[in-house]
Amino acid sequence: MEMQGEKNISKHLVRKQDSIQSKFIKPSKATREDQLGKLICYLSIGMIVALVVCILYFITSRGLATFIQNHVGIWQFISGSSWNPGMVDGSGNPQVGALPMIVTSFGVTLLAALLATPFAIAMAVFMTEIAPQRGTKALQAVTELLVGIPSVVYGFIGLSVIVPAVRHLFGGTGFGILSGTLVLFVMILPTVTSLSVDSLRAVPIHYRQASLALGATRWQTIRKVVLKTATPGVLTAIVFGMARAFGEALAVQMVIGNAVLMPHSLVSPASTLTSQLTTQIGNTVMGTLPNNALWSLALVLLLMSLFFNLTVRFIGNWGKRKYES
Amino acid sequence: MTNVITTDNVRISYGDHEALHGINLNFQENQITALIGPSGCGKSTYLRSLNRMNDLIPNTTVTGEIRFRNNDIYSNSTDVVDLRKKIGMLFQQPNPFPLSVYENVAYGLKLSGVVNKRMLDERVEISLKQAAIWDEVKDSLNKNALSFSGGQQQRICMARVLAVQPEVILMDEPTSALDPISSAKIEETLMSIHDQFTIIIVTHNMQQAARISDKTAFLLNGDLVEFDQTEKMFINPKMDATSDYLNGKFG
Ligand SMILES: Nc1ncnc2c1ncn2[C@@H]1O[C@H](COP(=O)(O)OP(=O)(O)O)[C@@H](O)[C@H]1O
Ligand SMILES: [Mg+2]
Repeated sequence: MEMQGEKNISKHLVRKQDSIQSKFIKPSKATREDQLGKLICYLSIGMIVALVVCILYFITSRGLATFIQNHVGIWQFISGSSWNPGMVDGSGNPQVGALPMIVTSFGVTLLAALLATPFAIAMAVFMTEIAPQRGTKALQAVTELLVGIPSVVYGFIGLSVIVPAVRHLFGGTGFGILSGTLVLFVMILPTVTSLSVDSLRAVPIHYRQASLALGATRWQTIRKVVLKTATPGVLTAIVFGMARAFGEALAVQMVIGNAVLMPHSLVSPASTLTSQLTTQIGNTVMGTLPNNALWSLALVLLLMSLFFNLTVRFIGNWGKRKYES
Repeated sequence: MTNVITTDNVRISYGDHEALHGINLNFQENQITALIGPSGCGKSTYLRSLNRMNDLIPNTTVTGEIRFRNNDIYSNSTDVVDLRKKIGMLFQQPNPFPLSVYENVAYGLKLSGVVNKRMLDERVEISLKQAAIWDEVKDSLNKNALSFSGGQQQRICMARVLAVQPEVILMDEPTSALDPISSAKIEETLMSIHDQFTIIIVTHNMQQAARISDKTAFLLNGDLVEFDQTEKMFINPKMDATSDYLNGKFG
């Protein structure tokens, strides 16, 4: 009797164990959903990665064709100052010197950044330190509005206001680096300002308290503590602004004059890498040198954006080491 | 004994909420006064009013009279910047700037226009020695202050306050975020400097108040309940509330 009872119990236990085991071995509904979710995620990521790789490969292979198929020297491309890929010069070499565009691109970018930085910092300080409530609301609205305006509108305003003004003040046609700089200045100002604001806000409040409690004035606190510790963030903001300025095509194209000439003054017509691309890409035939040469310009742009990215990272790491150890 | 700071009927409100209901307290030269009381009773609020750090909190109103060396510190003619140089403050959380140890300690001096390198070096060294941290940082004065431990950071902050040579030092639970050994070092520092400075310290730690302070003030719900020689108060408190608090009946 007793034995029988024990057997029954153990049988029962075994059966129970079986059902538990099968429960564990078979994936539950939640687990299957989990796996499906993962799969969808990986598929999307895979597609994006493939897309990016394709873009990179396409630009690189097209961009290198100038040098590989058309046998243009890299040095000639970088340092040559006459650009006319359809023509050959006296000694039979194609004229693909991109230096004027490279110089102009860097010129407008650096000048715009130089101009925007003090304004951006002043606005950021005002918004975070001087009038956090009033200032933030007003300026937030303004910056958001400025970011939202499409670049063609900026170009149009540049064309109808800045170009005539520059012509009036400095003579010439009004088209050129100065007009490009001024348009880009307005365009990158919101970016640089709002990123600077973020980095000033990220400075812990207790640094300010410590400084004031030591008998610093508000201005001393801003200069010696807030701006100092926010330096990496502000530099990052400037680089982001420069990246935007370097890559901007439409608005610049409308005010810079689009003459591929070495700029000899700030008010002589010039052309940036991007403006040359937008104006010329429709006029060339795929596979010919003029088309390949444009792809080489695109490759330069790609390398530059890579450079800006690396710079941002470098500044970030440097800032971490310096201010957060 | 001269009174360095006198406060008369001090009421402080945050918006509509009155946090302090009329505090009368005097602080004597070169004494350590402890402010004790359960949290939320207004100790920090009171302390911040003494060097006008409450100015930084919007909607704060201070009424009554607070005098430092007989000058009303809330009068329009008071130079707040100057006041804070004379009444320094050490916070609960160690808050060194993310700069080198040297830059931290020299910060206040540079604000006052000291540029002479030798003078700066000298003051930095003296202050770090006073704060009992010199031996631990003397070989790494150029290292980021944030790379030191919390206890070391607090002593660097102490040195930073001392470097300005204030007359009064306000401390808001300066050891509550520290380990016992670091706390003991801060207490040692206080004992060694207390004949040169007037110190007002908020503390949650009854033993600490008993160990280091000359006088103790007990605050409860925005009122001053009792203020006396520390020994007297701890051995024989006059008020029942004080006795209950000291015996850990609430807190
Ligand atoms: N910044 C502030 N804004 C509004 N109320 C505050 C602020 N700081 C403190 N209080 C209030 O004032 C009272 C006293 O606070 P506090 O001085 O911090 O007390 P303690 O330091 O003794 O813990 C509390 O009721 C608290 O809620
Ligand atoms: Mg407190």
